[in-house]
Amino acid sequence: MIVLLPLAALVARGFDGGLDVFWRAVTAPDAKSALFFTIGASIVVVLVNAVFGTLVAWVLVRDEFRGRAAVNAIIDLPFALPTIVAGLTLLALYGPRGPLGIDVAYTRAAVLLALAFVTLPFVVRAVQPVLMEVDRDMEDAAASLGARSSTVFRRIVLPNLMPAILAGAGLALARCLGEFGSVVLISGNIPNKTEVGSVFISKQIEGDNLTGAAAVSVALLVLSLVMLLVVGAIQARRARRGK
Amino acid sequence: MGSSGNAVRSRFALPKLTLRGLALGYLTVLLVFPLGMVGYRTFEHGLDAAWNAATTPDAVHAFWLTLLMVAVAVPLNTIFGVGAALLIARREFRGKALFNAAVDIPFAVSPVVVGLALILVYGQTGWFGNDLADAGIQVIFNPLGMIIASIFISLPFVVRETVPVLREIGTEQEQAADTLGARPWQIFWRITLPAIRWGVAYGVVLTTARVLGEFGAVSVVSGKLVGKTETLPLHVQAAFEDFNLAGAYSAAFVLALMALVAVVAMQRLRTREIA
Repeated sequence: MIVLLPLAALVARGFDGGLDVFWRAVTAPDAKSALFFTIGASIVVVLVNAVFGTLVAWVLVRDEFRGRAAVNAIIDLPFALPTIVAGLTLLALYGPRGPLGIDVAYTRAAVLLALAFVTLPFVVRAVQPVLMEVDRDMEDAAASLGARSSTVFRRIVLPNLMPAILAGAGLALARCLGEFGSVVLISGNIPNKTEVGSVFISKQIEGDNLTGAAAVSVALLVLSLVMLLVVGAIQARRARRGK
Repeated sequence: MGSSGNAVRSRFALPKLTLRGLALGYLTVLLVFPLGMVGYRTFEHGLDAAWNAATTPDAVHAFWLTLLMVAVAVPLNTIFGVGAALLIARREFRGKALFNAAVDIPFAVSPVVVGLALILVYGQTGWFGNDLADAGIQVIFNPLGMIIASIFISLPFVVRETVPVLREIGTEQEQAADTLGARPWQIFWRITLPAIRWGVAYGVVLTTARVLGEFGAVSVVSGKLVGKTETLPLHVQAAFEDFNLAGAYSAAFVLALMALVAVVAMQRLRTREIA
């Protein structure tokens, strides 16, 4: 099969020289810092987008204003826009010579920006349908009993949305961990600073160090697969509860 | 809604405006500004300059290569996707859970890792490297490998959009047709396919958008040979690194236009699905 065979080759190559060589490749200073930075940046971005994604979904479902349909449509843009174009656009705007006078190019903030851009739709699109189906009677009842809007949100709305938020966040995290195209231009790929895991891998490939590249790839792969399994478990639990 | 309901709702009015402002502000900074910027940079030296930058031989070659990849990868993944969705939604078989999970793997794998994995299978030192070389087939650093990479990367979309639709429509109509003596392919063409067509179409749009824009996997497999294995997204990066900003922005603009078309199509299909 197209998917499993290459991955088997990857894992085999990663452990080519035994566990020892694998471990040394993954914990080499450059590799380690790239992996840790990738994980840290991904977690920060996913948290931000979990909050803002829920907010955007809320506004799109509950609020009514002119141009709502247009806003709803552009949410999908990061899915449709090629990642390299996303990187270039962000660089044009928030890089040197940018019209806003904000220059974050080649910093860690730039990586966060790029990741936030490409993973924006995940939480929005996961929360939106759930929010549309949620029964508003509970909220109205709570409000008429004197609950403040913040209480209603915390005690009633949020618990209903939580599985969807987590599912979207899990997908976003998996995407962040492997993101390449949008990051490669704007981050400057400075080792030990702005270099993410996927860029590190591509440099190893270009340097013909396929075994080292495979080892770090396996590490990234395991992380993302765990994320997807968690998402799957959350969805299975929700499906069971629904019945 | 009665007046008491309005009274209850109106207490949300102030936070509502704040929330709207916050949400739209975030979207503007993250999405709208950057897009406008590409348009501005593309046409900043006039229409002629933009046209010239977009139609250099390398750019045109990259454009056609990108379309070729779409023309091969999208139909293949559509056929596979519908077949796999039918298997997942309608059949029970051993290892179904594994199959179901395997379909999602491309979503979890970094594009760069996909490229590397393909090199390790089909490259010179890879598992099948020698056999392929003997047969005179070059996969890596060749459009063939890039097509395989695109198929890998965009594999799950049609499956994931079609399975829920198949589950929702149920099997009653199919069973009715079956008892009336319809053959399996008749049932598929006359009943199943018309019912799932919008779901499939949505998956096709997502697949197309992904293949058009795929960068990481294709970049690793392609070897970046200008005028040979350079797709439009790769051309954007190559031009940018050559300080050919006009070329980079104009190619990016072409890709952004295609993305906009995809977004509009997605929006249309989504409203159609609900209706």
